[in-house]
Amino acid sequence: MRREGGALRDGRGYRVFRVVNAAALAAVCLVTLYPFVNLVAKAFSSEGFIAAGEVNLIPRGFNTATFAAVMGDPLFWTNYRNTVVYTVLGTLIAMAITTTYAYAISRSHLKGRSFFIGIAVFTMFFSGGLIPNYVLVANVLGWRNSMWAIVVPGALSVFNLLVMKSFFENFPAELEEAAAIDGLSTYGVFARIVLPLSKAVLATMTLFYAVGLWNSWFSAFLYLDDKELFPVTVYLRNLIAAATGTESVTGGAGGDAVQIGANIQSVTMLLTVLPIICFYPFIQRYFVSGVMLGSVKG
Amino acid sequence: MTTTEPEAATRAGAPAAPGSAPAVAVDAGARRPRVLRRGGRGGGNGDGAPVARLTWRRALRRDWQLYTFLIVPLVFLLVFRYLPMAGNIIAFRRFRPGSSIFGDEWVGLYYFEAFITNQQFWSVFWNTVILGGLTLAICFPLPIVLALMLNELRSRRYKRLVQTISYLPHFMSIVIVAGLVMQLTAVNGTVNQIVEAFGGDAVSFMQRPDWFRSIYVSSEVWQTVGWGTILYLAALTTIDQQLYEAARIDGANRWKQTWHITLPGIRPTMMVLLILNIGSFMAVGFEKVLLLQNPLIYSTADVISTYLYRVGIQSAQFSYGTAIGLFEALIGLVLVLTANGISRRVTGASLW
Repeated sequence: MRREGGALRDGRGYRVFRVVNAAALAAVCLVTLYPFVNLVAKAFSSEGFIAAGEVNLIPRGFNTATFAAVMGDPLFWTNYRNTVVYTVLGTLIAMAITTTYAYAISRSHLKGRSFFIGIAVFTMFFSGGLIPNYVLVANVLGWRNSMWAIVVPGALSVFNLLVMKSFFENFPAELEEAAAIDGLSTYGVFARIVLPLSKAVLATMTLFYAVGLWNSWFSAFLYLDDKELFPVTVYLRNLIAAATGTESVTGGAGGDAVQIGANIQSVTMLLTVLPIICFYPFIQRYFVSGVMLGSVKG
Repeated sequence: MTTTEPEAATRAGAPAAPGSAPAVAVDAGARRPRVLRRGGRGGGNGDGAPVARLTWRRALRRDWQLYTFLIVPLVFLLVFRYLPMAGNIIAFRRFRPGSSIFGDEWVGLYYFEAFITNQQFWSVFWNTVILGGLTLAICFPLPIVLALMLNELRSRRYKRLVQTISYLPHFMSIVIVAGLVMQLTAVNGTVNQIVEAFGGDAVSFMQRPDWFRSIYVSSEVWQTVGWGTILYLAALTTIDQQLYEAARIDGANRWKQTWHITLPGIRPTMMVLLILNIGSFMAVGFEKVLLLQNPLIYSTADVISTYLYRVGIQSAQFSYGTAIGLFEALIGLVLVLTANGISRRVTGASLW
């Protein structure tokens, strides 16, 4: 685009810069990808080669037995299934709350609108803190060892709410007016006009919530003691903690203890991120457009 | 006030239900106040009078269905956001498990004094400030640099490829990131292989307090830098291309164009993100620190939030922990307000 006009040619220094720049960005990509490639290589290697520090980019001593072992662990499957359940349920709850709230506060004629926006936005800057939240969920609601502790308290992201609000605000008002004149109630307009025409933003927000829930571990770590209820992230965390725990006990010389589990750890990590890696190329652009949408109007 | 309004809205909203549906439908079409006024006069029904201001009664009658949309989210906010805020009261009251969640008796600033006079607290406080400061100083500017670099690429496909790859770590669970960090920094991990290739001795990084900050910040850069460019790239597309042309005609080289056009063009975005980063300064990656730390490296790796977790939840000192959490949250709030105020005065950009 900037090529137009032969008189305005780039200087030599700039052409050198462009080559260096492209190379630097290639380096950024390699550094970003390396840990993943290394992870895959370790997952398919045998423990001996990993312990000897010989596995970097390519698997050594090809081995798939660990996959069978990890997938053969009933606890792993239970926890994996829990993650799926928490993700689906949590996303549904979050979407229900976010969509209805965003729609209501996006209607400019709603009386008290700025108040309703304000009380949500305020929670972005000040929150109750860890302990009061813990007391509420564990003591008041009694949700220890209950999946509600995982799927409910995080159900409203104010960022997602504001993105949706600005999307609904840009909705052509004429459509809704026409629908209302044709006899649709607010519920009807929302369910039959607004939602079907908002598929793009709904899909994006669903992804935001689902990825967040898939990746979350802390609330499960905090509220669940029953192994059968853990999501797979906590399973993985315990695996890693067990390995490093041994290392701390044995002290500086005990690097071996970590490596005993390195292959299993890699396999478990790989299986945990697998759905995200598989969907990533397809979902990435939705995320980008979602963030862009949020930036257009705070 | 804060709680009565929405409740009143929903309670009063329900009785209006029967028979008012057509009225709602007509009014729902009247989005703008001007149309509403015309409709009110033309219809000439009930409420009458010159419509100076929309009263709550009229608003509820017209929009009751819309207000019902607010019920569940407001209950949610009240219970899961505002109740814990009120729960902070136990920082000033003695809390006993099993009795009232708002504590049993006033103890004033007892718990605040307890942590302010506690040596260990000041150690984790300074760890937090140093780690937060390092994260801010390094993780804030790098996405800007990367966005500018991406912006210089001519090939759209290459640009998209770099973006796709650099966004990837953002989608990883913090547990995975911690696992990767531990594998790479293990005694026979990749980092030590590089160290040894250059003739150094292997270091057990995760057991050495002096390494924790570098490891934490590097992993944070790895995970956030790509994703952080998105908003800057969006801001870059809004800069008027004619400005660049004009600058080139005036003889500005690429560097001068960047300095005088590009950077000022993305300054509002920079300011907003800076303010947000400053606001989360005290809450430095709680989950990641918790996953990466171990008792051997507490001297640098223990921050307020992880200390709070240990004394508050693990040792069940709820009031003491709440006092620390409140202190932390208040610092965060003051930082955001201050940064926002300064930014609004100096650059005109602000969050609200």
